[in-house]
Amino acid sequence: MKKTNKYDLIIIGGGISGTAIASALSAYNLSICLLEKSNDLSNGASKANSGIVHGGYDAESGTLMAKFNVRGNEMYPDICQKLDVPFSPCGSYVIAFTDAEIKTLEELKKRGKINNVPGLKILDRDEVLKQEPNLNPEVKGALFSKTAGVVSPYELCIAFMEHAMDHGAELKLEHEVRDINLQDGKFLVKTNKDDFEAASVINAAGVYADKVHNMVLEPTFKIDPRRGEYFLMDKYIGDSVKHVIFQCPNEMGKGVLIAPTAHENLIIGPNAEDIQEKEANETTFSGLNDVWSAALKTLPELNRSMTITTFSGIRAQASTGDFIVCDYPELPGFIDVAGIKSPGLTAAPAIAEYVVELLKKQQELTERKNFTFSRRKQIRFHTLSHKERAKALKKDPNFGRIICRCEGVTEAEIIDVIHRNAGARTLDSVKRRTRSGGGRCQGGFCSPKIIEILARELGISQDEVLKDSSASRIIIDQTKKEAGND
Amino acid sequence: MTDYDVMCIGGGPAGLAAALAAKENGAERVCILERDKELGGILQQCIHNGFGLHTFNADLTGPEYAQRFIEQVEATDIEIKTDTMVLEITKDKEVFALSPEDGYQKLKAKAIILSMGCRERTRGALAIPGTRPAGIMTAGTAQRMINIDGYMIGKRVVILGSGDIGLIMARRMTLEGAKVLAVAEIMPYSSGLTRNIVQCLDDYRIPLKLQHTVTNIFGKDRLEAVEISEVDDKFNPIPGSEKRYECDTLLLSVGLLPEIELPYALGIELDKRTRGPKVNEAMETNVSGIFACGNVAHVHDLVDYVSKESKKAGFFAAEYAKGLIKTEKAVPTESGVGISYIVPQEIRQSNCKKDLEIYFRVKRVYNGVKVILKIDNKIIKEHKKRHMAPGEMQSIKIRPEDLLNAGSLSIEVQNG
Repeated sequence: MKKTNKYDLIIIGGGISGTAIASALSAYNLSICLLEKSNDLSNGASKANSGIVHGGYDAESGTLMAKFNVRGNEMYPDICQKLDVPFSPCGSYVIAFTDAEIKTLEELKKRGKINNVPGLKILDRDEVLKQEPNLNPEVKGALFSKTAGVVSPYELCIAFMEHAMDHGAELKLEHEVRDINLQDGKFLVKTNKDDFEAASVINAAGVYADKVHNMVLEPTFKIDPRRGEYFLMDKYIGDSVKHVIFQCPNEMGKGVLIAPTAHENLIIGPNAEDIQEKEANETTFSGLNDVWSAALKTLPELNRSMTITTFSGIRAQASTGDFIVCDYPELPGFIDVAGIKSPGLTAAPAIAEYVVELLKKQQELTERKNFTFSRRKQIRFHTLSHKERAKALKKDPNFGRIICRCEGVTEAEIIDVIHRNAGARTLDSVKRRTRSGGGRCQGGFCSPKIIEILARELGISQDEVLKDSSASRIIIDQTKKEAGND
Repeated sequence: MTDYDVMCIGGGPAGLAAALAAKENGAERVCILERDKELGGILQQCIHNGFGLHTFNADLTGPEYAQRFIEQVEATDIEIKTDTMVLEITKDKEVFALSPEDGYQKLKAKAIILSMGCRERTRGALAIPGTRPAGIMTAGTAQRMINIDGYMIGKRVVILGSGDIGLIMARRMTLEGAKVLAVAEIMPYSSGLTRNIVQCLDDYRIPLKLQHTVTNIFGKDRLEAVEISEVDDKFNPIPGSEKRYECDTLLLSVGLLPEIELPYALGIELDKRTRGPKVNEAMETNVSGIFACGNVAHVHDLVDYVSKESKKAGFFAAEYAKGLIKTEKAVPTESGVGISYIVPQEIRQSNCKKDLEIYFRVKRVYNGVKVILKIDNKIIKEHKKRHMAPGEMQSIKIRPEDLLNAGSLSIEVQNG
């Protein structure tokens, strides 16, 4: 029989918006539950994007996008430091190849000024090439945005939730919301598993936010999926550029960028393709080729054999053209956080801050005692000094065994992320939290070992360990089972 | 800090042979650092036969071949440190290593031998389009999971690439009850050994589809199907040739790459073609006293050659530790027509006391040709070859006297 779990507030969706909101709300005396349909956090748009913290000059002035982008950007350095998330304030360039594009740079700068973006500057060709000597020498100038940066988006998402859970929030994975009813002035949220009752519901359901909205309100917007494909390159060429390099924006978005990642790889992408299916995140022959040829315009010397992997992500594009972050007078307690496409990652902390304000208008929120905005540090062994390594090893001999040799990840780090709040359950979820399997051998050497560790730590058998989604079994059986070998 | 004469990083076939040879040549303190829990390296998962035909004149399995070397090593006072991973080496030959038992260690050696082997190219590196389900892995990873861990990984299998591990795994999967639908190879020839094509594919009627590649991958959770297309001479898929294969497993055997993290970090000069460090006649890299052998130096097809080459590295590492290596201007070896690479990349004549065996690979399949060795543009040797393929490493011997005062050396293929 289905159980009804009661909370003060339900968040639907474990992406960057949902988890940022959970983290922000955990400062208050609220019982919070986050429902996520997949088996890990950050499994939609939040895991497969460029990982850019945008300056904020790009968004149309006066929009929510502009407002939350600039505010979010301001909040990033402090958040990433306190939640121990890889972030690099490397700055960005929008590069121009023609006089018309130089004009675009000036317009962007003007818009940035209206949006209150600090640190914008137009650089001439010589300055650009001095800073970025590998760029196409035909470049004519660039708009430099000092406050732009790169972040590890899935790690931030996971850190937000871990922080919320450290303060009592609950996470229900593999809980897909099927319907929402109103019952005695409260929301009854029905999932594929239990039912959940709460006075407030926050809809942060990504590409499905329209579907969730329509469960309780008249349709007012539609979310259309837009796919972008990427290349991730070897660290050997991670320093090809020092800043995030955008080409001039066009009608489909910001165009193909090349950037160092927060983990010192090089990321290239995305293209933009409107698609029908909300989760069609396959890569395509033509899409990847389009990205590659566009990237060659920025960096003519790019070497495709340095590719580590390719992937694609789906952005949630709202029919209104702007973020939808609002409450509804006719339905107190329900808040939409929808259409959070780029610069949604940058905006997430500001959106969360705003959602708290919206809730405060509706109800009295009291501050939680003993609240701290911090997270237990994740030891990243390969970043430690010789002395610190020796010290870590004395504390825990599991730091003495490297599991992922490409990224230098030790067994202790993997065990840690399995047992943290919002811990890892699958190969890919271990990868997102520790980098193991994300290097140049793509898990060739370490996946059998991680399967073993996951099985041991979770108390399951190795053939139950999943690659990623709930049906992604890696092992189908034991060999020679019938001969009695076990 | 412990001082070693010779230290081998990696205890697979290369490290084992090198350590033994160093010991035999009088190096006193020799050690092997191995990241796995036992010695033997990848040989331990290669439970098929065909090893040791040259070295032991016997047809051995991988573990048997490794065991013969391990027993020889254990009969000496060579120190073995397993479960130990080297994180960093310096030009002064300081080594930072890590193990649960011995902690974080700083070691020092007079000579270091890089013998870490190689790794496999992945799906990601090829940028094969499609979804990203479970059921796609490199052939070597599959081999480990089946042969070491005892787990079966799929029932209907397509293999991309006809490298030796792919061919071996086609047979292995079949013997474990899986159906191998096809082996697709983008080149017009296989990069594997002829005997493996016969014994692993033909004997089991597994089709080898030359000039074909995987062009799409389907399935959300577990692999459901792949699309295989024929390619033209420029390796572009030919529209209309797509064929769908329903399968739950795709194994990749699309090339091996030397493990170069340590030499790269140290700034050792690498060869673009072998992708490993450049070495001289002593298997020494451009950093004095750091040697490389086996699949770190260049990817071999037979372990017998790995052992032979590594013995040479071990011998010279001991010479180096004793201060007996002669440094002089080296002669570069040049790849002429039809040759893709030569190892060693340069030769110092005065260190060649015996005939020097040099290894090379050809760029494509050749039938009925001659291999010509030239020194200072003069033909020194001519070998008739009935058949040569890129997948089969070739070798040629040079007498020390031919190298005396040589200014250049080249190998080329000529019509016979």
